[in-house]
Amino acid sequence: MAAGATFLDTNEIVLNMGPQHPSTHGVLRVILKLDGETVRGCECVIGYLHRGVEKIAENRTYKQFAPYVDRMDYVAAVSNALGYCLAVETLGAVEVPERAQAVRVILSELNRIASHLLWLGTHALDIGAITPVFYCFREREEVLKIFERYCGARLTTHAFRIGGLEYETYDAFEKDCITFCDWFDKKVDEYEELLTTNRIWVGRTKGVGIIDAAKCKEYGVTGPVLRAAGVKWDLRKAQPYSGYEKYDFDIPVCHNSDTYDRYIVRMQEFRQSVRIIRQAVDSLPQGPIMGKVSKVYKPPIGEAYVSIEAPKGELGYYVVSDGSVQAYRLRIRPPSFVNLQALDEMCRGSLIADVVAIIGTIDIVLGEVDR
Amino acid sequence: MAEETKPGGETPAAGAKPEPPKKAAPVMQVTPWEGPLVDALKEHFGTQIKEFSVYRNQSFLVADLAAAIPILEYLKLEQEFDYLVDITAVDYPKKEKRFEVVWILYSFARNERIRIKADVAESESPATAVGVHIGADWLEREVFDMFGIKFEGHPNMTRILMPDEWKGYPLRKDYSIIQQDQEWVRENLKIESAQ
Repeated sequence: MAAGATFLDTNEIVLNMGPQHPSTHGVLRVILKLDGETVRGCECVIGYLHRGVEKIAENRTYKQFAPYVDRMDYVAAVSNALGYCLAVETLGAVEVPERAQAVRVILSELNRIASHLLWLGTHALDIGAITPVFYCFREREEVLKIFERYCGARLTTHAFRIGGLEYETYDAFEKDCITFCDWFDKKVDEYEELLTTNRIWVGRTKGVGIIDAAKCKEYGVTGPVLRAAGVKWDLRKAQPYSGYEKYDFDIPVCHNSDTYDRYIVRMQEFRQSVRIIRQAVDSLPQGPIMGKVSKVYKPPIGEAYVSIEAPKGELGYYVVSDGSVQAYRLRIRPPSFVNLQALDEMCRGSLIADVVAIIGTIDIVLGEVDR
Repeated sequence: MAEETKPGGETPAAGAKPEPPKKAAPVMQVTPWEGPLVDALKEHFGTQIKEFSVYRNQSFLVADLAAAIPILEYLKLEQEFDYLVDITAVDYPKKEKRFEVVWILYSFARNERIRIKADVAESESPATAVGVHIGADWLEREVFDMFGIKFEGHPNMTRILMPDEWKGYPLRKDYSIIQQDQEWVRENLKIESAQ
């Protein structure tokens, strides 16, 4: 008998969850070590979706590689593209026109809403609330329609180009955005009515998957998880990019660092995103949408790390240029990958049923974890 | 650094022809990095840090490999760089020490981001950063998986994204984009080639 064990102890059971499991949001395999129904530890097995994106980046020109980043976090393709373009532009010191920056902000915030909607729907579904997913997908559809009208694609949009935008906005773009904002504000109220004080929801999420601020920092966890732990940190405020300093918005923060608080933080982020979109549409400047970028884009020898606040946390690109048309090395720092590492810490001591809630609350996309 | 090391002939990318090697290799146009942090680091680590530079407003330092972890520790405990953003590596097969390992740090209190770089030879194993930042665990495993750099003292130095039995390190420059572990593919996927 192991040290410290008592007569009534049972053997540790190892349970495989996934890789084909609906609530692991893709192909994630979690090996759970269980004592009865209590989780004593867990190990993630990832890589099922590994496509070697970083290797591909070294073998394509900067412009050719741009569509590939859409395939990482495929529910927030616009954010991925924004981070990539900013990194490559920083490397080559390319100026992006103001109008392009503002349109980028609008589309990124719309994408943040779409990403959070998908999170809310599936997270609630995992926990057993089936209704929200229908509402969330209904609203997400409206965002995707705006994307479709803008660039012809709904998910993997390839919306931005190095130096600015490929397409001018369509005629009713501003009107569509504002109509969506007006309509969506009320929808957020509806979600809150469904869930915020719902006894089952509160029971399943309060006090579940706690990770405090100090642990978050040690693991490098960012995004809503960090903000729900009381750290008021958002890259859009801390190190503004693409003109975010011009807009007035708040960073939602909660302090209990549990699944419920992360839900509250994301619900607040819906409202803040709507605020940003309204301001950006109201002050949308006229002018060119493409900066001065040569046809064959060759940034000088050097390196740069640029990161943005993606819906899931800090998304960074470290680009090394050797002066040629291809990146010498392109490292993607994905928020999902780093955040997922904290799963073990968050799961320990909770019940099996809560693991599903905790995987949901971290908000991972396996395309980005595995790349 | 300027020389092309892409696997020749196998790249299907249009317009991606390797350039002829330049005569005087141009280098990164950096400016020196100065300030109280640099002074403190110089005082602590002296000649172990070889370079303090800024490029595109981003500060980085180049250190001896042995000093890398002490620097991370010092920066975390004394200078509030409490968030290890990323660990990655770059492969320069033609350099004497082929790899460059990069640690990216951020400080919430100072709102500042810095990079630490160290050259690593193929035979060398850098020390793990897990003792300083727990988050280094997976990041170092990925570097090992992709480049074959073993981190000394890491609790679980195994592959993370590629299959465990895979041979070869895909992000090395001498690993062609269409290369694969034929044996593994044959054995596990029951096909001749995955191409």
